[in-house]
Amino acid sequence: MKLIINGKPGEIADDCRTVADLLSLPQWNKRLVIVELNGDIVGKDNYINTALSEGDRIELVHFVGGG
Amino acid sequence: MSDPFVLGGISLTSRLFIGTGKYSRNTLIPEVVASSGSQVITVALRRVDPQSQENIMNHIPSQMTLLPNTSGARTAEEAVRIARLAKAAGLGNWVKIEVISDQKYLLPDNSETIRATEILAAEGFVVLPYMSPDLSAALRMKAAGAAAIMPLGAPIGSNRGLKTKEMLRILISEVDLPIIVDAGIGRPSEAAEAMEMGASAVLLNTAIATARDPLLMAEAFREAVSSGRKAYLAGLGPVEEAAVHSSPLTGFLN
Repeated sequence: MKLIINGKPGEIADDCRTVADLLSLPQWNKRLVIVELNGDIVGKDNYINTALSEGDRIELVHFVGGG
Repeated sequence: MSDPFVLGGISLTSRLFIGTGKYSRNTLIPEVVASSGSQVITVALRRVDPQSQENIMNHIPSQMTLLPNTSGARTAEEAVRIARLAKAAGLGNWVKIEVISDQKYLLPDNSETIRATEILAAEGFVVLPYMSPDLSAALRMKAAGAAAIMPLGAPIGSNRGLKTKEMLRILISEVDLPIIVDAGIGRPSEAAEAMEMGASAVLLNTAIATARDPLLMAEAFREAVSSGRKAYLAGLGPVEEAAVHSSPLTGFLN
């Protein structure tokens, strides 16, 4: 499935069907990540039941140092 | 002396807010928290870099009140989007609104900041707007529901001190909200001066993070903010043109 993650086109395996599946991939795992799917925030409780579709635009953001 | 600063429903004993940017290593952050005595700490929000495993949240002690900023926003809408994302992290509802359109001096856009304040305060955020010190803008932010007003002393990261002092004085005098001087403070003496003037707190990042010894500087700021606050509460003595004798005016053996 083709997605746009943080502005970059990418391809994920077909068994990666939900936001929870995506976040379990090693590069995103174990971080406090906030998810926006096609412009809408996905609450943590909804990661498991939010399905991904071809062409979805996903933002994965987190806190960084700042003043 | 009990002198709590109540903000957003939280009773703070420290009036020094600190940032988390520019540290040579993030492992310094918990040590700076300890030496500064700070209870409020700012963070920014950015896209996750899959190449980096760094996680700032591993370095922020859990008792801290988190103050996410909306840096990177150029419009009210962008600030609102960032604030909502920050809130979705589930770490509180405080937000420092920072809307900047000028890339050289990083001065805040007051009118966009007022709009963002209105939207976010209505959604229940504790809104702390970073602003260019201007009385009518500050009063509009208050009307829009800001919890405090955060005027700048000098451009972000400049360490130039209280260049806007006269305007800060007017805001402190005329705006019935806590004034937190944010940005520009470079020296402990400047933090003390802001507090002597009646600021409710100061927020700084660069002055500590870029000091040769950040831990010692954090301690210096802690003492300065506390001293300045005590001086404000004590009430400064009157300023006179000429000398006013402190010892008896008579000659020594008269």
